[in-house]
Amino acid sequence: MTDRHLPDLADPEGRYRMLRLIRGFEQLALGLVKSGAITGGIHPYIGQEAVAVGVCAALRPQDRITSTHRGHGHVLAKGADPGRLLAELCGRVGGLNQGRGGSMHAADLSLGILGANGIVGAGAPIAVGAAWAARQAGEDRVAVSFFGDGALNQGVLLESLNLAAVWRLPVLFVCENNGYATTLPAATAVAGSGTGRAAGFGIPAVEVDGMDTEAVREATELAVRRAREGGGPAFLECRTYRFEGHHTMERRMKLRYRSTEEIEHWRARDPLERAAAGLADGRRAGLDAAVDAELAEAERFALASDHPDPAGACDHLYADGLRPRAGAVA
Amino acid sequence: MSKLSYTKALNRALGDALAEDPAVFVLGEDIGAGLAGPTLGLLDRFGPGRVVDTPLSEQAFTGMAVGAALAGRKPVIEFQIPALLFLVFEQLVNQAHKFSLMTGGQTGVPLTCLVPGSGSRDGWAGQHSDHPYSLFAHAGVKTVVPATPTDAYGLLLSAVRDPDPVVVFAPAAVLGVRENVTWELAPVPLGSARVHRPGTDVTVVAVGHLVHEALAVAEELAGEISVEVLDPRTLHPFDWAALAASLERTGRLVVIDDSNRSCGIGAEILATAAEEMRLTAPPRRITRPDGAVLPFAPALDRALQPGREQLLHAVRSVVKNPWR
Ligand SMILES: Cc1ncc(C[n+]2csc(CCOP(=O)(O)OP(=O)(O)O)c2C)c(N)n1
Ligand SMILES: [Mg+2]
Repeated sequence: MTDRHLPDLADPEGRYRMLRLIRGFEQLALGLVKSGAITGGIHPYIGQEAVAVGVCAALRPQDRITSTHRGHGHVLAKGADPGRLLAELCGRVGGLNQGRGGSMHAADLSLGILGANGIVGAGAPIAVGAAWAARQAGEDRVAVSFFGDGALNQGVLLESLNLAAVWRLPVLFVCENNGYATTLPAATAVAGSGTGRAAGFGIPAVEVDGMDTEAVREATELAVRRAREGGGPAFLECRTYRFEGHHTMERRMKLRYRSTEEIEHWRARDPLERAAAGLADGRRAGLDAAVDAELAEAERFALASDHPDPAGACDHLYADGLRPRAGAVA
Repeated sequence: MSKLSYTKALNRALGDALAEDPAVFVLGEDIGAGLAGPTLGLLDRFGPGRVVDTPLSEQAFTGMAVGAALAGRKPVIEFQIPALLFLVFEQLVNQAHKFSLMTGGQTGVPLTCLVPGSGSRDGWAGQHSDHPYSLFAHAGVKTVVPATPTDAYGLLLSAVRDPDPVVVFAPAAVLGVRENVTWELAPVPLGSARVHRPGTDVTVVAVGHLVHEALAVAEELAGEISVEVLDPRTLHPFDWAALAASLERTGRLVVIDDSNRSCGIGAEILATAAEEMRLTAPPRRITRPDGAVLPFAPALDRALQPGREQLLHAVRSVVKNPWR
């Protein structure tokens, strides 16, 4: 347990590579939604990559995370294999969850990824529980809960902040404030502020530029160091923006809750371009090519993976293998 | 004559309810934008005082609706996904439902919950594919699952007018159904079943979207077996008299129900029929498996849903096998 960082994210090139991998993965997935290979659509992470990469760059492999409905970026940055994540999105047996979970439930317990989650705010108490268990076991693992601005209004999130604070647990709350919960502007939904709420529980809370990978990483390193040393929870509010619609379904609807100017303003602050500007001359093309090759291989793997056998539709319903009665008498 | 879609029917019912009674208001997530369909255009028509976009605070806004109801209003809450009902089970079952009795009849709680898109939606996986209507029927909350656009209109309007809490499930699989409507839309009383197709050999009780599967099976078997298709429309209170009358004619019963098997409404229908009604053959039910969680991959999801083939098989077998 000596690794300080997730190996791929230890240096700026590695972080650029991961930003680019997430961006490319999402673009690939958007295409597969369109072609029908992915059923049910996705919540694209494009625009918010700096948060997942900046946070995970400050984590160790043993640390744990809980994620959201918009989870692909978190899952990849914590180290999941892009081919197996993509296979999961396509509902194939080679997927992270053997095709049982899909986009909103992607998980890899071996990497400390306790799952994307379909219920807003649901990951926060789960992260609190993971942090509590680690502390009870005498391990110096931390847990990170990613959530959106919409989750700030879930009672369970506020209850989780309280538990983490009164028990001084090693948990980091990362609010990705992208300005909207679906069509609802955060400005009209959140009284006070996220950081103000955390501060109300006595939790150190800072606002960070969520379009700047290095700023997110530095803030996370501080918080994580303190948490490992027994200093208790921390709260980061990362101001960010999603470049795409809330969900791929939105492309078919004529919704007007964001202005073109606003979208352009944020696109001009693209976290990928910012990270690229810090690379040594001539390095970008090579990194991009390597990522593209990795994604091509991921796509090949995902689409070559088998569809699951309907006879196994109840496999894994119970951890002990209990088989439920079928829905009809044969 | 016009073609009315199911979603549009819900939209018309909400519009009419808002127009006829100033106590009615609608609240929920992204309803101003009409994201789910039923509230489309209502914000423009009735304004933000009657069509209220809420933060993602389901427990608070459901409890708030209970309070508003106690203060004389008639709230209608739209829930984006069926799983949100699990979050607000406390507010609906332990608060709204219990007030009438606990206050010795001083007040009812005229609250309506509308769940457009209940049950499986392709690719929405484990946490977005539940169909928990049996839980509410079990708890005693009035529970409605309309199968057609005109019933959707009529039952939603009656639910809003009702003095008690009512949960209205609009299955994802029927939201696109369209119906030729040549008559005036009208309220449909809660607690009244509908015979969609008369028959003499077997009664098929079908819930929600499965009514359409049952009608297809009845048609396929026509000439071989005469199938009566009974749609309870309201699961609680259940129209037991209509079921008894149907079984007087047929004596045989098959239920098709998108609940999990154990303790689902299908189990209650079979049990009541066995205890109290005329059955000449052992009854059957087609359901999801016990305690099912729908997997993501489409073929796995479909494998756990009650289907036409299973129904066909069950209908044939009850006709062939009298009590031994
Ligand atoms: C408790 C709960 N309420 C509502 C929903 C439906 N829903 C899914 S995502 C979403 C918006 C979430 O907004 P936010 O937390 O800001 O995350 P973002 O989508 O912006 O990443 C809503 C309303 C849900 N899944 N869970
Ligand atoms: Mg948001």
